[in-house]
Amino acid sequence: MSIMQYNGGCLVGMKGKNCVAIASDRRFGVQALGLSTNFQRMFSVSNRLYYGLAGLGTDVQTLSEKFRMSVNMYKLKEERDIAPTTFASLVSSTLYERRFGPYFSEPVIVGLEKDDTPFICATDLIGCINFAKDFVVTGTSSEQLYGMCEALWEPDLEPEDLFETISQAMLNAVDRDALSGWGAVVHVITPTQVITRTLKGRMD
Amino acid sequence: MADRYSFSLTTFSPSGKLVQIEYALNAVAQGVTSIGIKATNGVVIATEKKTGSALVDDTTVEKVVMICSNIGVVYSGMGPDARVLVDRARKAAQEYKRIYNVEPPTSVLVKEVASIMQEFTQSGGVRPFGVSLLMAGFDEAGPALYQIDPSGSFFAWKATAIGKNMINAKTFLEKRFTSSMEIEDAVHTAILTLKEGFEGAMTDSSLEIGIATMETTINSHGVPTKTGTFRRLRPAEIKDYLANIA
Repeated sequence: MSIMQYNGGCLVGMKGKNCVAIASDRRFGVQALGLSTNFQRMFSVSNRLYYGLAGLGTDVQTLSEKFRMSVNMYKLKEERDIAPTTFASLVSSTLYERRFGPYFSEPVIVGLEKDDTPFICATDLIGCINFAKDFVVTGTSSEQLYGMCEALWEPDLEPEDLFETISQAMLNAVDRDALSGWGAVVHVITPTQVITRTLKGRMD
Repeated sequence: MADRYSFSLTTFSPSGKLVQIEYALNAVAQGVTSIGIKATNGVVIATEKKTGSALVDDTTVEKVVMICSNIGVVYSGMGPDARVLVDRARKAAQEYKRIYNVEPPTSVLVKEVASIMQEFTQSGGVRPFGVSLLMAGFDEAGPALYQIDPSGSFFAWKATAIGKNMINAKTFLEKRFTSSMEIEDAVHTAILTLKEGFEGAMTDSSLEIGIATMETTINSHGVPTKTGTFRRLRPAEIKDYLANIA
């Protein structure tokens, strides 16, 4: 029994051409018992910056509240929106603060920088940042997601194609994991808008 | 009336003043004049390096100091108090960097230092700092110049002077300052302003000048990028500016 596999759930983030996408499943359970089909794992920092948290459910919720507070304070003090790289450093330092008693959650961050350059990264549970060029995955079906992304991803996908790619990666990966699935949500972020879609997948 | 309330900092006088802060401002007004000017593409801060005797090794005296890579500060007033504030400001900047991995914007650091100075107007057993600071920085919002007073209040300026000759200097600046000035003009004007009240000869070792501008530096990935940078002018550069004035 690993604490990171207690509740289940997974996330994937991908870079496209002037766009980024982030997807999560919706299952929340206690080991084999599934409890919810609409657990929120992804959160928005602004309309250009989203992040998701996989791992222990209580830590997902507590961390999202902590980050909401830090970002609100940042916005009030600095009178500007927080940049993706700065937010990633904030996430990293918040997690490392608990180096010897960590939050059991691994985040994925996606967004557009000030000049509309796509940005994605993920960190481990103690804040080591992985600045990826292509895709980032986390959760109980991360291995399956790695396989699907490696096979399906290609550079410079347009928003519509990126949506198809990330959706197929998510749906097929979670079908091979007992603790993930039960629905999926995808956000595609472009300089002009954010499109949110709920996927129809196997509910077993 | 003021004398009865001047023994305790934390007591308001009947007129609603904290006299210790007034006296701290007097200490600043006795200090060597410092100038700050904001240009379109940078900020300049300058002061006179006044040593008590010719025997002092003035290469060890530093009044224009860097706080972090994009922010610098100059002071008027009590040198030791300024030193303490510079240490606290540097620490605050690095603590910011530990969290966000970027240099603090000028306005954020100014608020932090101002809060520190305010603490010393509301705590027991301490006195206010006897310095006013001119903080110059260049960040994503562009060039910025702030004055921070012993009370903890701060003001953003386009151009200002603090210290002994501040009234004459500010009058001079009001006439000379234009919002289309570039950094070279601003340095030139700053030197001219200081010249008005300069005691002694103006040389490259009696003038201290710092500028905050956008400069190309190599970042952590080895890529040349443009970032806001503060640096002190080298004696050779100051000499060139002085040559243009003479």
